[in-house]
Amino acid sequence: MPGDEVSAMKADLPSPMFDTTEMVLNMGPQHPSTHGVLRIVLKLDGERVVDADVVVGYLHRGIEKLSENRDWTQIILLTDRMDYVAAASTNLGYCETVEKLMSVEVPRRARYIRTILNELQRVASHCLWLGTHAMDIGAMTVFLYAFRERELILDLFEEYCGARLTYNSMRVGGLPLDIPPGWDRKVNEFCDIMDSKLTEYETLLTHNRIWLERTKDVGVIDGPEAIALGLCGPTLRGSGVGRDVRKDEPYAAYDEFDFDVPIGTRGDTYDRYLVRIEEFRQSLRIIRQAMDGLPEGPIVGKVPRLIKPPAGETYHAVESPKGEIGFFIASDGRSTNPYRFRVRAPSFCNLQGLPRLVRGHLVADVVALIGSIDIVLGEVDR
Amino acid sequence: MVDTIVIPLLKIAILLNAVLVAVSYLVLLERKVIAFVQSRLGPMRVGPHGVLQPIADAVKLMTKEDITPARADRWVFTAAPIMVMVPALIVFAVIPFGPEVELFGRSVPLYITDINIGLLYIVSVASLGVYGIILGGWASNSKYPLLSSLRASAQLISYEVAVTMTLVSLVLMAGTLSMVGIVESQRDAGLWFVFAQPVAFAIFFIGGLAETNRAPFDMPEAEQELTGGFHTEYSGMRFALFFLAEYANMIVISSVATTLFLGGWLRPFPGVEGLAFLDLIPAWIWFVLKTFVFLYVFLWIRATLPRYRYDQLMRLGWKVLIPIAIGNVIVTGVAKVLL
Amino acid sequence: MSDDPKPVNPPGPPPPSTPEPAAPETPAAEPSAPAARPEAAAPAAPAPPAPAKPKPAPKAPPEAPKGPTDPPPPDDVAEPAFLAGLRAAHGDAIKQVSYWVGDWTVIIEPASALLEVARALRDAPDAAFDYCSDVTATDWPPRAKRFDVVYCLYSTRRRHRIRIKVHADADEAVPSVAGLWPAANWLEREVYDMFGVNITGHPDRRRLLMPDEWQGHPQRKDYPLEGPGELLMENPEEWLRLRNLRDEAEIE
Repeated sequence: MPGDEVSAMKADLPSPMFDTTEMVLNMGPQHPSTHGVLRIVLKLDGERVVDADVVVGYLHRGIEKLSENRDWTQIILLTDRMDYVAAASTNLGYCETVEKLMSVEVPRRARYIRTILNELQRVASHCLWLGTHAMDIGAMTVFLYAFRERELILDLFEEYCGARLTYNSMRVGGLPLDIPPGWDRKVNEFCDIMDSKLTEYETLLTHNRIWLERTKDVGVIDGPEAIALGLCGPTLRGSGVGRDVRKDEPYAAYDEFDFDVPIGTRGDTYDRYLVRIEEFRQSLRIIRQAMDGLPEGPIVGKVPRLIKPPAGETYHAVESPKGEIGFFIASDGRSTNPYRFRVRAPSFCNLQGLPRLVRGHLVADVVALIGSIDIVLGEVDR
Repeated sequence: MVDTIVIPLLKIAILLNAVLVAVSYLVLLERKVIAFVQSRLGPMRVGPHGVLQPIADAVKLMTKEDITPARADRWVFTAAPIMVMVPALIVFAVIPFGPEVELFGRSVPLYITDINIGLLYIVSVASLGVYGIILGGWASNSKYPLLSSLRASAQLISYEVAVTMTLVSLVLMAGTLSMVGIVESQRDAGLWFVFAQPVAFAIFFIGGLAETNRAPFDMPEAEQELTGGFHTEYSGMRFALFFLAEYANMIVISSVATTLFLGGWLRPFPGVEGLAFLDLIPAWIWFVLKTFVFLYVFLWIRATLPRYRYDQLMRLGWKVLIPIAIGNVIVTGVAKVLL
Repeated sequence: MSDDPKPVNPPGPPPPSTPEPAAPETPAAEPSAPAARPEAAAPAAPAPPAPAKPKPAPKAPPEAPKGPTDPPPPDDVAEPAFLAGLRAAHGDAIKQVSYWVGDWTVIIEPASALLEVARALRDAPDAAFDYCSDVTATDWPPRAKRFDVVYCLYSTRRRHRIRIKVHADADEAVPSVAGLWPAANWLEREVYDMFGVNITGHPDRRRLLMPDEWQGHPQRKDYPLEGPGELLMENPEEWLRLRNLRDEAEIE
């Protein structure tokens, strides 16, 4: 083993001349590739990462505590601020949890529109992931291409609910708004545009030799270990685990649509990339089906004007673009705010796996891996 | 007196200014080219279509506060940008932009000097630039610049070998180290050396990208990893010197590649009599055009490719480029003896 | 619904108050002792005018809930099969099994028995809970054992869920499950950070979201909602002086 030889050589050298201690490199919270305010303390041997300590909490706003003092409807707009690149998915997760707690039936049309919004949101979030991930590895053009398409989705959302980032687009029991006239045509047009643009991204990356060298066999993690570490979403599926809340515990209208859950084989950065690229296509597939079969009917179920679920606790999870986002909510049945509001954030659980992924790799791989697990710090710290 | 002092000084002054202006406009060109690749517009505010942007940049950089980190090695920290900039500029002394022309009744060569070891001079002076990067990174007394300067030195050493090897095979073809001599031998052979030495050209080009720290080999300054690398701690004009030196080096590599492989100031297909009308275009314009093509390819590559990783770059250099370059020298030598 | 600016008064709250009469009644409440009024009013329940009631009623909230309801499963819902096996093996550790809106919860007592039950749930072939979705806690201060530590488990093979729950006092040791599910590492750190639950045997028990030197555990119900930020608003000079003092102490 060459490593053994090197250490044997090091042992022979006079120690004062060759100090071979490890270097501690502080990456973040101000660093271009840490996607916000993540801080990683890397222990380096040369450029090789010996160990990493992830420090989070710089964006901690106490949303869980805040929510315990807001009423059930006001919390929806706090959920916008968690995963701010996929606000609709977080909205959906929260509203479904409260509906479960109150045993409210959501009309079919509302469930369809929720599915469409959620899948559009997944495409938007994956666009942002693709752009930043490619940018971290140095392919800066993909970044702007992906943002160009994300812009189209933001326009669609703006037309639907007037907001471009923090949508506040769902309510307990249904939706605040029906889709505007002509919106369905625009969504279908967008799906067609996105299909061709995906080919464009793939031309730039999928078979690019440098991209392959940078992503293949980087951060390999096998299925059982990924499950044990609590990874979720595309990061887990890249390791060959076919776990998708949309399929396993269907919510909204997902049980009515036909779609595949792509999984990887080796569990490296490249597989996670391929999984997400395929998820773009599956999302478009779901959107098209939902748009074609959009039923008529009301968009809000039978919900009292003052939301006050009966006493009890529940945990409910939906599949956000980052993975399983779960809400554990306890209601005491008397007050108009939740007694306990807890979010199981997918980015939080994925980020936990980062030290395991980066160990033994180079500094350049650290940024590739941060991109590959697709975190949003607003959700990690909450 | 006029021939030995005044004219060379005039030429130096003109060239220096031309290079500096070219460098600042190369920055604008890069921003524009990459913007168009990315379906953006690039700088549009200063002047029509942003043509005055370099001036605005220069004013900004010169008036910016010049910060020296508290624990930096003050002298080395100050000297480093100069040590990067100076070699990049003095290489131009031996680059022939054209043959001797008649100007105001005098025969003036369109190069500052033609020394008989021109190629050797370029190789040695151009490699001096990396000292500035190493010292700048070290003197900053900061971890990211230090990692970056280590990367830079390793990268330079690996690629210098491969690039120099390609030059050896070229010298075997030309039989001279003089830059003017190499262009003239391409004229006499009636053939650009890129067609005689395609392998050497490819290696030279890749090595050139690596030596100028350009994408996809821009590891020393990889923004996403090392937050800018060796110039992390620099600001204002000192940062600008690093920045300009990088672009000056791009022009150097492009001009050298033009001279060595694309026949310098010669028109395309210098051996074909039927294209003689192309000689109506002045020689130096041909040179500038060819250099421009190279520069454009540099920018195009930057907009297209992801970045290599440091160890992959090393592997490419030592395991692929150097063996091929050495093989190329041997084949060239054998062919030269046999033919 | 949140856009609705009008205060909506549902029929639920006992004091039949309307926003309009609240203002003129404030002076009326002054002569009598406001603190004594709720006690006096409480026995005389059917007092129809309820003149001063709206004021103290929102001030003194109904006493804090004593804990979650944890209802037992109704008869028409079949228990999952693995629970029977779990009961057979660890019956004395299972205090209660509850069911609510489709979720099964196993309540374990004492907390020290958590590890064996958790291991059984992970390793039993018919349970196979290999995925730890979430670890969190709930604070019910009036209860003797004020914390509920909640573990949300999922099986990627069997695709079912279960929640297990232990009750713990502020100092009571709750064994860490990070050895069973490495995923619980950060989740338990957050529980420790936010609630101060004494999680033992954890590989790396540090604060996670709050700064290392933070005092107190913010998600406890008795943690003040107004923090030191108030001082900055009210008396910035004092705030600055305190901060400088702290900085100087750090430098020394």
